[in-house]
Amino acid sequence: MDENIIKIDSVRFYWSKKSSFKIFVPNFEINKGEKVLLLGESGSGKTTLLSLICGFLNPLSGSISINGSTINKLSSKTKDEHRADNIGIIFQQFNLLPYANVIDNIVLPLYFSKVRSANVTNQRESALNLCKQLRLPNDIDQYKASSLSVGQQQRVAVARALIGNPSLVIADEPTSSLDTDAQQIFLDLMFEQISNNKSTLLMVSHDKSLAERFDRLIDINEVLTRED
Amino acid sequence: MLLKLSLSSLYARLVTVGMTVIAISFSLMLYMSVEKLRTSAYTSFTDTISQTDLIIGARASSVQLMLYSVFRIGNATNNITWESYLDVVNKEEVDWAVPISLGDSHKGFRVMGTNKDFFARYKYRGGQSINIDKGYLFEDLYDVVLGAGVAEKLGYDIDTPLIVAHGLQSFSEHDDQPFRVSGILEKTGTPVDNTVIVSLAAIEAIHVDWSTGAKIPGQETPIEEIRKMDLTPKNITAALIGVKSKLTIFNLQRWINEYPQEAMTAILPGAALQELWRVVGVVENLLLGISIVVIFTTLIGMTAIMFSSLSERRREMAIWRAMGASPRTVIGLLMLEAIFISVLSILLSIILLFFSLSFLQPWIDYNYGILVNVEMLSLRDMYVFMTFIFASILVSLLPAIRAYWFSINDGMTIKI
Repeated sequence: MDENIIKIDSVRFYWSKKSSFKIFVPNFEINKGEKVLLLGESGSGKTTLLSLICGFLNPLSGSISINGSTINKLSSKTKDEHRADNIGIIFQQFNLLPYANVIDNIVLPLYFSKVRSANVTNQRESALNLCKQLRLPNDIDQYKASSLSVGQQQRVAVARALIGNPSLVIADEPTSSLDTDAQQIFLDLMFEQISNNKSTLLMVSHDKSLAERFDRLIDINEVLTRED
Repeated sequence: MLLKLSLSSLYARLVTVGMTVIAISFSLMLYMSVEKLRTSAYTSFTDTISQTDLIIGARASSVQLMLYSVFRIGNATNNITWESYLDVVNKEEVDWAVPISLGDSHKGFRVMGTNKDFFARYKYRGGQSINIDKGYLFEDLYDVVLGAGVAEKLGYDIDTPLIVAHGLQSFSEHDDQPFRVSGILEKTGTPVDNTVIVSLAAIEAIHVDWSTGAKIPGQETPIEEIRKMDLTPKNITAALIGVKSKLTIFNLQRWINEYPQEAMTAILPGAALQELWRVVGVVENLLLGISIVVIFTTLIGMTAIMFSSLSERRREMAIWRAMGASPRTVIGLLMLEAIFISVLSILLSIILLFFSLSFLQPWIDYNYGILVNVEMLSLRDMYVFMTFIFASILVSLLPAIRAYWFSINDGMTIKI
């Protein structure tokens, strides 16, 4: 069995030939169950790397393998399904559909993934259970997503990323819109849940102080080289 | 799930979406009312005269004969003699005939001489009869019956005396023989409303002292003497004919057109009305053109609104994509929205249309003589609605394609 959940080999990517932004990723691997912090300043290519891993962008050459399948060889439809099945995504902010209620937001990935919805017997109950463990208010199902505080929204996003036990959680600076205290609470809760789920976590941040929680700290500049 | 979220997304933008729906439904309503008026005007027009099989008159084009005999526009080129008329009436195919004599006027309204059969035989709007509103049909030689429009515009009532003028714009009046209003007809929405109706004998009577359009100088026959005279007309202008069997219409028409003693024309009112409508129907095409432009404008408006909401919703689409939605699903969501907006607008416009039409119908009928048909949506309306929905799907493709492009390129970046 493949121990790598993410395996990138000689990937080259740029938007266009004239673009000054060209990146090359010689080799990047993350093992199953690892919690990895990817450090880098904005503009360093972090988001592009995440987009490649999630399959939003296609590399020009090389291969990207996620949970055993080489996603750059998949059709765009299977790639979308693969993403739904395997990856829970947490954005920096504005994670939720503002007009939908909290529960609908959380169970949304299950609609697109047969694998993940098969892991959940009662969608509403598991969503509420996750909310409870993430210390969200008991009557959270009464709320519309837009009426939550930013910290609560980020926790709902964690619940959404974890529902149906995807093997990989990708978080793109999930704490950047929170203050220091809220950051700590948020990270405690997120780590607890990710450990419960035995998911792999790849989190991107520019904040080195978060490093102690993680199994591994990687500098983006060690992962990719800029080819200008 | 998708439907539910799509609906709540629309609901969240209630004001924008609501205004869009209102704007679209108003233009759809405008289109439908123009369309309804157009078809109703056509029906009312072609139903100006019904159940009359032939109209005969002196040799003229069918449109011309129609214009002066039914619409009282323009003049007859010639009259037909009473003998020719009787020859036609005595044909065995003829069931009934109503003679009409035109040429005089009263304060700009045409005076028509006919007999009482006219009121029984003249039908409009698919068989509706003329009814008398006040008074009675002419009994005395100098009785007149007024169309509703004449009575209203001139402020005449029963027993109002009036003088008939010779010709249409002449200053010589038949002032020696005053008339009296005996009856006023109900509003019909046909040219009858603007007609002053007298008996054929009365037309004959007022011309006793006249010869070839001018009064014979010095001659003035007293009314008492005129009343004793034989007032059978020598000429009439036209006649409405009904046949016993519709199968004989064309034979009879040919017979009349080929009548050797006098040049006569017999026309089929329906065909002549159609022909006439093609002339006045230019306005109809104009209305149709306007309607189409209105619909077109609406579609452009809808696209514009969708485009503007797109930048607002770029973030939302990135979320959908991250959850595993394919670009196709994202496009589908936008199209679903367009369909929903157009269906909602159509429903609202139908409600608006029926609401306003049922209010306005009596008023339009009274003032313009157009009976707007409110009851049903025509098959044609259904086609228009289907086309509109289809077109709205088509135009929503433009913003949807843009959304597709966004969702492919944005990837993990969430644009704010």
